[in-house]
Amino acid sequence: MRDIRQRAGILEAQHLVKDFRLRDGVRLSTLHAVKDVSFSLEPGRTVALVGESGSGKSTIARMMAKLETPSSGRVIIDGKPSADRGRGLAQYRRDVQMVFQDPFGSLNPFHTIRHHLERPLRIHHPGWSSSQVRNHAHELLERVQLTPASRFADRRPHELSGGQRQRVAIARALAPGARFIVADEPVSMLDVSIRLGVLNLLADLQREERLGVLYITHDLATARHFSDEILVMLRGEIVERGPSDRVILDPQHEYTKTLLDAAADPENLGMLRDEVRNGG
Amino acid sequence: MADARSRFRTLLPRRSAKLVGGFAIVGAIVLFAILGPLIAQPPRDSDNASLQQPSAEHWLGTSKLGYDVFSQLAWGTQGSLMIGLVAGIIALVLAVVFGVLAGYFGGFADEALSLFTNIMLVIPGLPLVMVIAAYVQRSEGLGDFARSSVLVAIVLGITGWAGSAVVLRAQAKSLRSREYVAAARVAGEKAWRVIFVEILPNLVPLLAAQFIFGIIFAILGEAGLSYLGLGATGSITWGTMLNDAQTGQAVGTGAWWWFVPPGAMIAALGAGLSLINFAIDEVVNPKLRLAPENARKVRRAARAGVGVTETGVIA
Amino acid sequence: MRPDAQPVLTARGVFIEYEVDPPVKAVRNASLTLHRGEILGLAGESGCGKTTLAYGLNRLLKAPALMTAGEVTFHDADGRDIDVVELRDESLRTFRWDKVSMVFQGSMNSLNPVMSIRRQLHDVFTTHRPGMRRREREARCAELLGLVGVDPSRLSSFPHELSGGMRQRVMIAMALALDPQVMIMDEPTTALDVVVQRGIIREIMRLRERLGFAVIFITHDLPLLIEISDRIAIMLEGEIVEQGTAAEVYRAPRHDYTKRLLASFPSLRGERGDFVRRGADTTTGDAA
Repeated sequence: MRDIRQRAGILEAQHLVKDFRLRDGVRLSTLHAVKDVSFSLEPGRTVALVGESGSGKSTIARMMAKLETPSSGRVIIDGKPSADRGRGLAQYRRDVQMVFQDPFGSLNPFHTIRHHLERPLRIHHPGWSSSQVRNHAHELLERVQLTPASRFADRRPHELSGGQRQRVAIARALAPGARFIVADEPVSMLDVSIRLGVLNLLADLQREERLGVLYITHDLATARHFSDEILVMLRGEIVERGPSDRVILDPQHEYTKTLLDAAADPENLGMLRDEVRNGG
Repeated sequence: MADARSRFRTLLPRRSAKLVGGFAIVGAIVLFAILGPLIAQPPRDSDNASLQQPSAEHWLGTSKLGYDVFSQLAWGTQGSLMIGLVAGIIALVLAVVFGVLAGYFGGFADEALSLFTNIMLVIPGLPLVMVIAAYVQRSEGLGDFARSSVLVAIVLGITGWAGSAVVLRAQAKSLRSREYVAAARVAGEKAWRVIFVEILPNLVPLLAAQFIFGIIFAILGEAGLSYLGLGATGSITWGTMLNDAQTGQAVGTGAWWWFVPPGAMIAALGAGLSLINFAIDEVVNPKLRLAPENARKVRRAARAGVGVTETGVIA
Repeated sequence: MRPDAQPVLTARGVFIEYEVDPPVKAVRNASLTLHRGEILGLAGESGCGKTTLAYGLNRLLKAPALMTAGEVTFHDADGRDIDVVELRDESLRTFRWDKVSMVFQGSMNSLNPVMSIRRQLHDVFTTHRPGMRRREREARCAELLGLVGVDPSRLSSFPHELSGGMRQRVMIAMALALDPQVMIMDEPTTALDVVVQRGIIREIMRLRERLGFAVIFITHDLPLLIEISDRIAIMLEGEIVEQGTAAEVYRAPRHDYTKRLLASFPSLRGERGDFVRRGADTTTGDAA
């Protein structure tokens, strides 16, 4: 009992493993996308999962959002194993939501912005009246700074810019009243000058709602400034973890160092040129 | 802005010569099917002299049994369109069930549904229709229904969906992997809602194209069946008219006015529906629409300005 | 940056329009000078016209894009000036690969999947250097792969047997094949992972030192440009709003947009700058 009380409000991944079976003609092979990954998300804290494409970080996001079933391992919420179907799954979805990478793909081109926000509200608050749902949807739009809300609500995704769409996606994730957000590369497909705006919005909402956020990215700089803890993934495994400043400023694992060396840093202006000029 | 119709506007075909032409032909035929029977004499009225050439009294002449061909054509158009519509709807529903469900659920459901679809696909269509039609028409206890056009429509419907199902399955499979489908699942939507509210509306152009294809298939199939004497002998369709003309040796006696009108109607309706389908195709695949326009633009730009080459090949 | 550098490509007052309804002015009054052997970075966000401008410089515009005004001059190594805008057919073809070559973001996916790397490299020479003997070609192909850091034994491979990074290196080898004086690189590494990207960037820098070609490097990644470029031009809505050396642009940006763009990239190792995480336990006040 005490154990459960201590772990109330915490979302945990315990020894998550995901194998994909690939069929190449008649041959079967297994891709170990995620190998034994554990971490926990706490209210008000952000954990960044950093890695290159193919490292398995998106598979983890999909497992946390219950879009994939782990081959083994469990997702624990409030100290209890999470459900995979039925009422338990509905409850889990109310608590854990996801923001997808592609602002163009994650909103249905056929439906209005209103539909995207009202549906989760209706699903998770079946008792609400239409006007309650409507008002709440407008409130959500205002919270993600899409004002006046009434002007955005009846538009369709293609009438919005990439940044505006991603704000809608964030509002949709908040709609069920989620306590945890899995953000899978939420800004990597946006123009650079609006990325920080969207990240700051996410950070503001996180502070106000005390959300636990799993921030999945390949960008070390935003991972450092946006999160409390960084997990570095390489081929399905977490090779380094720690407080974000420590991981970036004093990396321990070789791979983390390689990643950091590869990141562009304007402070190194001209250094690469001089290096190849002198060293070959 | 809040106009609910506007959401369909993006899915509607642009007004083009093909679309307008197609709708004009199909509209004229539908209008004829509705108004024709009102002005024509009863189609089974055999008081007329037989095998009359077209005249002011009988616009399209008379048949061997003294039926007025214009009147037969009017009722036949109604009958054929009805069969096409009913069969098209049945085929569409089956194609959605087998195609979209297989594409969306994947795994075992996909294997099973696809297997059945493929079996239906490889069985030659018309012989199967003939066998089923001959069988149900000889069954006891069906009474008048056994000779009715509704039965023919049902038979054509349940044999004509497989091709559409394959197309819909492929498209549903691709839509299923879109992020907005995943997002709907994360939001907590039930599977049937994801299919009908999130996926199906984006398939509307494709569904329309498949529906039209189904109608063409059914009308041609019915004509074939009736011509072979397996059709709805209880009602009048273009097919039964052709069958009558054939048994009445219309070709041999030179009574062209007997078999040309139904044949021309089948050809016209097929052409009109195909034109509409082409217009829808251009919505589904914008490249088709843009290709001629782009070629024109290239030529115009090449004439007008600098820095443009007609080939534009990157090499 | 070499102060004595001669220009190799100059563009004056280039206007490019998309002939759609209504017309879109994609590039407005752009002027650039590319010096021999330098890396010129062209930065801007999607839709700012940077790719359109690059295509215009290389005469690769396809309708409905149309250069409505401007001159582009190529100053050949032998001292001749070539008016790029007036080039037609055969002379344009030789210009495009011989003098100026191009690498795109998606280049690596434009390799023919059913032809070996060897055949595709050979094709460049059989088309543009018909006099070359087979043995010479083979030696040159192997040399080219070696130059871009791919093992020459990979000549017999097919594209699907190579990783994305390796394919992009092969594309750079192809672009290098005819010793161009200018290479236009449009987001050549954006689709690749950072570690692979860094390897390729280093290779480009090394080859530039060795072969002396000039590069127009187009990307939205301003920190990367500042690190590698000699000079940088910033584009906004079809106009070049700022031009200067990398150091000038980084340390003393003049245009507001440049400042905003720079502020969009939080510093990796430095103090927390414009981007202040305003999380639960580090409430540090509001940033603008």
